[in-house]
Order: sequence, then C-alpha cells, then structure tokens
Amino acid sequence: MSSNLTRFTRRSVMAMGAALAALPFLPGEAHALTVAEARGLIDRVVADVNSVINSGRSEAQMISDFESILVRYADVPIIAQSVLGPPARSASRAQLNTFTEAFQGYLSRKYGRRFREFIGGEIIVTEGRAVQSFFEVISTVNLRGEAPFELRWLVSDRSGQDRFFNLIIEGVNLMVTERTEIGAMLDRRNGDIDALTADLRNAG
Amino acid sequence: MTAATDDPLPRSHASFRRFLLCAPLLVMLAACGPATLPPGDAITDPSEAQNRAVHRGNVALDRALIGPTADAYGRAIPDPVRTGISNVAANLGEPSNVLNNLLQLRLGQAVENTLRFAVNSTIGLAGLLDPASAIGLPEQDTNFGETMHVWGVPEGAYTYLPVVGPSTSRDTVGLIVDIATNPVRIFLPAPESSYATGAGILSRINDRHEFDNTIDSIYDDSADSYAQLRSLYIQNRRFQLRGDDEVDYFDPYGDLPTGVAADPLNDPYFDPYEDPYVQ
Repeated sequence: MSSNLTRFTRRSVMAMGAALAALPFLPGEAHALTVAEARGLIDRVVADVNSVINSGRSEAQMISDFESILVRYADVPIIAQSVLGPPARSASRAQLNTFTEAFQGYLSRKYGRRFREFIGGEIIVTEGRAVQSFFEVISTVNLRGEAPFELRWLVSDRSGQDRFFNLIIEGVNLMVTERTEIGAMLDRRNGDIDALTADLRNAG
Repeated sequence: MTAATDDPLPRSHASFRRFLLCAPLLVMLAACGPATLPPGDAITDPSEAQNRAVHRGNVALDRALIGPTADAYGRAIPDPVRTGISNVAANLGEPSNVLNNLLQLRLGQAVENTLRFAVNSTIGLAGLLDPASAIGLPEQDTNFGETMHVWGVPEGAYTYLPVVGPSTSRDTVGLIVDIATNPVRIFLPAPESSYATGAGILSRINDRHEFDNTIDSIYDDSADSYAQLRSLYIQNRRFQLRGDDEVDYFDPYGDLPTGVAADPLNDPYFDPYEDPYVQ
C-alpha cells in the first residue's frame, strides 16, 4: 500500500517535470513580457518620435507619421474600447471596428498637431519597472527653453504583442482624459456610436 | 502672578510660544496621515450647473481680456524679462511655502525652501534669477490646500472659481488661508507689497501666454471644455499631492476575457478577416 503510493507519487512528479519542461514549446502560450522588453519597446517608440520631431516635415506629414507610430506600437483597439466605456459592450463588432479606426485618426490629429511644440526637443528613456499586471516605462522630455518633464508609458503584452496602452504626463493620463472627452461627445449624440464615429472623422 | 513676570520667553517671542503650543497638535494632525486620493478623475460636482455658468464667464473673460493681454505681454516683453518677473513672483511665494512646510511637518522641505529663498534673494538678485535650482534646490511649490491634505482633510467637491478657475472645496479654503497668512503680504511695507502683487499677476499672465496652445485647444476643440478642464485639473492636482506614492492605474485588460473561450464579440482584437485555418 505504502509502496504503491510512493510509486504513484514518483510517477506523477516525473510526469509533471516533463510537462513543465515542455511548457515553453506549447503552442499558443504567450511568453511573459519582461522589464527589458517593455523598455526596449519604448526605446524604439522614442527613437521614432525623436526622428519625427526633428525631421523638419510639415504638420500634415508629422500627423501621418504619428499615426504610423500608433499603429506600430500602441494597442489602439484596447484604448478605443476602454475610452468608449460601457457602451462598447452593447456595440456590434462592425460598430467597434469603425469606431476604433475613426478614433485612431482623431488621436493622431489631436496629439500629432502638438508635435510642433516638441520640435528640437528630445525624449530619453530613463527607467522601466513592473507595476500591477503590466509595465511602466519612464522617459524624460527635454524641450528647448523649458524645464524637463516626465512622460510615462504603460506597456502590456495582453494583446498578444508588446504594445503601449497609456501615456501619463504630470499625472494626466491619456486614457482617463479621452474617456471624459469621448464620453462628453457620446452624451451630446444621445449615445449614438455611429454618429460619434462619423463626427470623430472630422474631430481632433 | 502674571504671565509677563513668570514668562521665560520675552514678549516679542509670544508668537513663537504660540507656535510651540500648537506643535503637539500638529504632530497629532500629521499622525492622522494624508487623505486618500481617488484614482482617475472622478469627483463629486454637486454645483455643476452653477460651476458651468462661472466657467462660461471665465472663458468669455479670457477671450475678451486675459487672452489678448497675455498675447500682447508675450509679444512686447522679451522672454528673459518675463521669466525674471515670474522668478521674482515665485521667490516671493517661498516664505508661504516654508510656512506650509512647517505645518506639514516636512522639515527637510522647509529647510530647502528657506535656503532657496536666501540664495535667490541675494545671489539671484532679489529673485530675478533662480541660481538655487542650478545648485540642486529645485522649486517645491506648496499651499495650504496641500497642508490640509497632509492633515487628512479630503478634497471635497469640485468647485469652479471666478477668474481663478478649477479648485476643490478644500483647496478653495486653502487659497483664502494662503492669501490671509502670506508673510510677504503681511510684512512687506506699502509700495513693495503692491509690486509683489503686480509680479504675481504678471506671472499668471505669462503662464497664460506660455500655455496658449494648450488652453486654446481645451476651450476651442474640446466637446465639453468644462468636463475636460475638470478632468485635467483633478488628475494633475492628485498627482501633485501624491508625491512619490504609488498610483493605482486603471487596467483596461482587467475585465478582458482570456483564453479560448473568449467571446469574439467582446474581443477587441477579433479580426473578421483572419484565416481560421492558419495555425
């Protein structure tokens, strides 16, 4: 009886060891994002942003450059869904897709236009660390003739890819701010997501 | 027996003695710990209708007077002069900062701000320059609103003040206390104290000029500039009060379904064009 139990335990331990060893090779199992990888992502974003703000290109070109950066490095679908809030749950798949696309253009125009103020400046990544269930990467923005300020990026791999999903400057958080703004726009349109999407194409 | 004969401290130290009497009270207040700071930008706004009316008045005042004045000031006066005037105004705010640092029992900051005031008032040519920042004593602005926060007083409701703009019920009380107790206003003689007020107003006008693009984009482009300004103010104010404390970020992935059973209609990454046979 006792020897049976021992054998059984030994076998299960061996099986578990084999399973654990095989774990990294299992298909569909997302690898865990590390601080270094989160920081690496923001290093690439910042390098792209720095080259845009010092490219000497026109405002319209900078806006389109900013949109490419968003598409490449940001988790726009989760930002759009989160900013829309509870109404996102009752929206159809098609409604959400067109909203996300319009929202991406709106974000690019609204924030891309402000890139003009960054011309001649530089962003430097200083620190990365794990917070809650994601990563926070801290960078310093040095603008000409202004005191440097901190720009924080939140990075997650929950989309299946390493992406940033939020930006924070002096405590002001992109997602929270846009949720208030998009919420106000939605209220104005009596909760009509299609009307909101149509107007977002011209906003920002 | 009278207080005067028995008193170990001379009469001139009466106010200091009063401060010493308050000290245990301060320790008790500080021991209560700071008020909790809610995450995000949610705040009660019970006087919203009235606040919105004041906001409309402030926007009108900005369009008619403050905006154009700031524009003219920014164009007429060279940047170094404007910065110098703003530095003077900031330097004259240091005694009030030190007073609040003492009430907050942040004695290190009280010492740093005292040194800042000493360095900038002398080597910094009466505050025109800011050499203190260059030698590792950066500006650490505070106010009585923060002092009350340190004592555990919650922010209260959102309030919107004429001319001044966004505030909370606690910070409105703080603003009044700061004006009433400002050592510079109390101790500076007649003509100089009005120069101090003048520098303070010019500093605000310079801020309006420096942040022109941001302010215009809120007033002109926002769907609801009142709600947007409230959100920005509350987020930034809580950030100032939080200091180095950890912030509780909203996790947008928190309520996201995970695994194979995720509902494609609720999955923000669902791609309707995806090839289902690709492995």
